[in-house]
Formats: sequence, C-alpha cells, structure tokens
Amino acid sequence: MRNLADTLSKEEIFGSGHALCPGCPGGMIFRWITKSLGKDSILSMGATCLGLPTNVYPSAVEIPCIYIAMAPAPAAVSGISAAIKVFKRKGRIRPDRKINVFAVSGDGSSGDIGLACLSGAAERNDDGIYFCFDNEAYMNTGIQRSGLTPQFSWTTSTLKGKAEKKKDLPRIMAAHDIPYVATVSVGYPEDFIGKIEKARDMEPGFKYFHIHAPCPTGWRFPESKTVEVARLAVETGFWTLYEVDHGSTRITYQPSKLRPVMDYLQLQGRFEGLSDENIRELQRGIDERWEHQSL
Amino acid sequence: MLTGNYAAAHGARLARVEVVPVYPITPQTHIMEKMAAFIENGELDAEFVPVESEHSAMAVAIAAQATGARTFTASSSQGLVYMHENLFVASGLRLPVVMAMVNRTIGPPTTICPDLSDSLDQRDTGWIQIYTESAQEAHDMIIQAYRIGEDERVLLPVAICFEGMIISHYMEPVEILDQQKVDLFLPPYRPEHVILDPDRPMSVHQLILDDSYFTEYRYQQQVAMEAAKGVIQEVDETFGEAFGRRYGGLISTEKMEDAEVALLTLGSMASTTRAVVNQLRKDEGIPIGLVKLRAFRPFPDLELRESLSNLKAVAVLERDVSIGAGGTVYIELAHCLNKRHDSPLLTNYIMGLGGRDVTFEEIKDIALNLFEERDAEVVANPVRWYQVRGL
Repeated sequence: MRNLADTLSKEEIFGSGHALCPGCPGGMIFRWITKSLGKDSILSMGATCLGLPTNVYPSAVEIPCIYIAMAPAPAAVSGISAAIKVFKRKGRIRPDRKINVFAVSGDGSSGDIGLACLSGAAERNDDGIYFCFDNEAYMNTGIQRSGLTPQFSWTTSTLKGKAEKKKDLPRIMAAHDIPYVATVSVGYPEDFIGKIEKARDMEPGFKYFHIHAPCPTGWRFPESKTVEVARLAVETGFWTLYEVDHGSTRITYQPSKLRPVMDYLQLQGRFEGLSDENIRELQRGIDERWEHQSL
Repeated sequence: MLTGNYAAAHGARLARVEVVPVYPITPQTHIMEKMAAFIENGELDAEFVPVESEHSAMAVAIAAQATGARTFTASSSQGLVYMHENLFVASGLRLPVVMAMVNRTIGPPTTICPDLSDSLDQRDTGWIQIYTESAQEAHDMIIQAYRIGEDERVLLPVAICFEGMIISHYMEPVEILDQQKVDLFLPPYRPEHVILDPDRPMSVHQLILDDSYFTEYRYQQQVAMEAAKGVIQEVDETFGEAFGRRYGGLISTEKMEDAEVALLTLGSMASTTRAVVNQLRKDEGIPIGLVKLRAFRPFPDLELRESLSNLKAVAVLERDVSIGAGGTVYIELAHCLNKRHDSPLLTNYIMGLGGRDVTFEEIKDIALNLFEERDAEVVANPVRWYQVRGL
C-alpha cells in the first residue's frame, strides 16, 4: 500500500487554526485536496462547512479563493477557467502553465439550491474539479434535512426521521458524461488522494468528486469516531467507493464481505429512532445492490 | 442602421471584452446572439459562456472579472430579478462588470414590453445605472461604462439601461466607433486590487463573525459611488473630445435657462417629451424645460437641485412604480429637493407601464396641466396614475 506520508506534498496550504467542529473530517480532507493540487490553484468556495477553514476572517488559505453565494460555486469555476483560457490565448499566462481550478461546496448547495448551476458547468464541461462535501444535511445552519440526507435520518427539520430517500448526486453527475466522477470517503485516504491525482492529470474538463463526510455534531456520534464511522459506511455497503472514468465505471474498494448495516447505524444518534422494519428495509436495499453489483 | 441591441453588442466588441456569460431572455437575446457570433467568427477574442441561468451569468462574470478579465453580460426583467443576489456581490467585491439592462416589465401578467421597474428594482445593489434614449447612446455608453467602472476612484459595476422593443428592436442610424480610437480611449483592464492570481493569493469575500469592518466596507462603496459622479462627467467630456458626442453626464437639460416649469423623465420617453417641450415653447410660448435623468445611481442630487430649485413646478414622468409609494424616480427626487425650502411643486405621472404607448398628446396634456397648477401651494394627489382605463 502507498505510504502517503512519503508521497504527499509536505507543503501546507491550509494553515493551522480553523473554525471546524472537533472531529470534523473537513480539516483532513481540505489538506489532502490542497496538497494534491498544489499552490498553482484557484479555489471557488461554495456554501459548506469546508468554507470555515478558508473563508472566515481573518483565516485564509495560501491560494486565491473566492466565495460568491450559496449556489454558484460551479459557475465561478466556469468564470475562472474561461478567463484563464483567454489569458493563455492572449499570452497573459504561459500556455503550458497548469492552474488547477477547483470548487468545494456542500450537499445542500451542490444537490439542492445549486443543482442547476452544477449541472450547467458539467454540461458545458468547463475545466475544473468540483468537490461536494456531503455531510448529509444543512450543517452550517444547524442540521436541517437536505435532498442528500439519507432516509430515516433525524434532522432538526425531520424530527421523526426523513421519509424520502437520499438523492443520488454522483450518478446524476455521471449522467452528464463528464470525464471523471468519483465517490470518496475520509476513511480511505489512499483511494481519495489517488483519485484527485488522476483527475488533476486529466485533460481539461469537468471532474466531480462526492465526499462522504461523517459529521459528529449533526450525526450525533463521539468526535473520536469520525474515521470509524466513515469506514463502517463503506464496510456495510451504505456508501460505495467507485469512479466513472470516461464512462467506464469501476468499484475502487470492495469489502470482502459486507458487515450488517446495523453496525453503521448504531453508532449514530441520528438513526436512534429507527424501527426494526426501517433497518430491515435499509439492509434489503443494500443487499440487492450488492447482489447485482450495482451502485 | 442598427437596433439598440446590436448597437450595444458592437460597443462590447469594441471594448474588447474577454468573457461573455449570457442567458437568453427577450428582449435582450439579440445581444447574446450577436456576441456569440462575434466570438465564433473571430471578430472578438473572448470566451462565450452559455450559462444555464441569469444567476450563473452574473456568477461567471464575477469570477472571470475577479480573475482579471473584462466581462460583459446582458439581461432583462425576470432574468435580472433572478440574478439580483449576485448583483450585490459584483459591487461588494468592487468588480467593474458591465451589463446591458434591456428594460422589460416584470410580471404578472407576463409581458415582453418595456417598463423600467426591472432595473430600478436593482437600485440598492451598488451598481451604477445609466439610462439611454437611443441606439447610438447605448452603443457609446457601453464603451464609456468600462472607462467609468474601471476608474481607480470608482471600481463599481455599471449597467447601461435601455427600453426593450422601443430601443432594443427598432433600427436607427448608428455610427459604430473606430476600433483604434476606442483602444486609445479605453486601455486594457489590468486590476490592481481584487485579483485571483496564484502568485498573489488572496481570499475574496469572507465571512466576518464580528463587527470588525462591515460598516467601513459599505462606506467605501458609498465613497466610490460619490466619486463616480465626477468620473461620469469626466468620461463624458473625454468621450466628447475623442468622438464628438457629449451626453451631459449625470443629467442633460434643455430649455431650462428661463423655464418656470419642467418635465423630468428618463429613457426613451425623453424623446417624446423633448418634442412636446419644443412645440410648447415655439407655438404657445410656455416657459417649459426638459430634464433627462441619465444616471440614476449615483443619484445626481446636487445637479438636480441646481437645475430645479428655482422652478415653480416639476412633473416626473416615469414608466415604473414602487407599489404603495409612487414612481421610483419621483420618490428619490422628492427626497433630494425637500432639503430646501424653495422646492418646486412636485408631481408624478405613472405611465407607460407594461409597455403602454406614451403619446405626444398625453405628455402635452400633462405639460399644460403642470403649467396651469404651477402656482398652487400644495396639490392633494401628487402621484397620478395617468393612463388607467375606466377611471
């Protein structure tokens, strides 16, 4: 297995001191992304918990960063990369210089309010890497349901559990036929970083990352268990690590045997109210997907 | 012969804009099509971004401008309202984006005909707004807009407004300016302040959790808007020297030297009003003048006070309404004139809503009535819905 400590850049772009909650995976994730993309990058920040380390005055990252509003982080990628394209043609930027334009936004801003914007940038195949930091609810405003909150989950706007299923945003993005779509998890850094490097080194175009990001505050589990919860999501089949590379889909991490979904659910307060029938229903769904090896 | 839309698009081409994000909406769409054609034909070296909404059009413009590119977009009506949120951002980040606001009524009922309530609704977003009355003026002002907005003393986005259909679609003789002359008038955009450049990293638009600088930040926008008053005048003069046409800057006045009463209006209604004023002067000897409001933001309070204070009565004719108050321009004018005790009698005519035609005879009727009541101490109903049928 790859030794990340030796291969990942030592350069810190995301400085010390941030406003993330204790146990938030955002700090780790943001370091992996920025170390993989390097300093010759421009960041479009959307509305997400990940904006906290970069965008709360006076903290800052050592790369240029812009926030516009809740929805349009993808449009900012389009604007920045369009400007860079013109500058290269006009000789204001060396044509061979590779500036990594990337966006980070949340599940609500990507999948709900900003879905049209995200879809537009993907359909135009504008050049950039988009990271959706999916902590499965509107967390900055205090844990309200989003379209990406899983079924039966408690939030402050679904007190008896969310009735509807989670919107499958990575598959929606894959349907845009963009060069690259990947699902990743904070529990699997080698898989995560390998995929960023792959996307970084591809031809220009829109690449989409969907990050499963367990939230101790909103999911109600101890802050020391973030990585454990992340890994259990994958080991139980609740979350699948895959990529769609130019249309070809591959599961990038396959547990040898699935653990029961209960192992994942029981660690989290948000699933406390689930009935046995609810749990059986979730398990059935996972088993069917597993049997057919579908996503 | 050109339509207002094509005249505006040629203005943007001559300004050598570099990123053009636009979403189609009637009556602006010809601008979008023309810009796409310029870029596709190689007449303009720029990136056309066919966005999926007006909200994204402004976001792309903001991000591209922040990266250092000169940008141009256009919108109308519902589309303009849809991008409203991001208009604040363009101004707050001090990015001199330029937009053609092609006026169209906001529904319901939905209509594609013009009134000014769409752009006037954007008045608090921190954009400079200049109203034009012809295709030529729209063409010239798109070019001037970059010079105004990019001025170090200003650094604010600029909207050039003109009425859909009446100006956007009718053809008029237009002189398309010479590229070499425009290049001399308008140097390339090289921002020194906000810039997304990996060699000079900065975080643009942060969240502040305390009261550390918000008030001062807003105040600087106000200072810039005040500075824009002088810059608009200067640019009008410089433009006049270079191209031989001057528009008067913030306001333009006609026949005001010995006027006792005046009609104040903006946009295409200025043309009809001018004809009325000329006829009343010539045939009936009525001492009446015309004030055409060009800049709505910054609001030319000093200039208006100077032109209007000694008059007996002023009527504001406008194609818009702030429901529950009166015409938007009237409200602002009342605010600025009432600072003096010798204010003229002020009346307001709401007309032309939803694109209803405003005729010579109607304006003449208003002018005669204005002259009639010029010595009244007060009037009971200063805000008058002039064209309501069945009243």
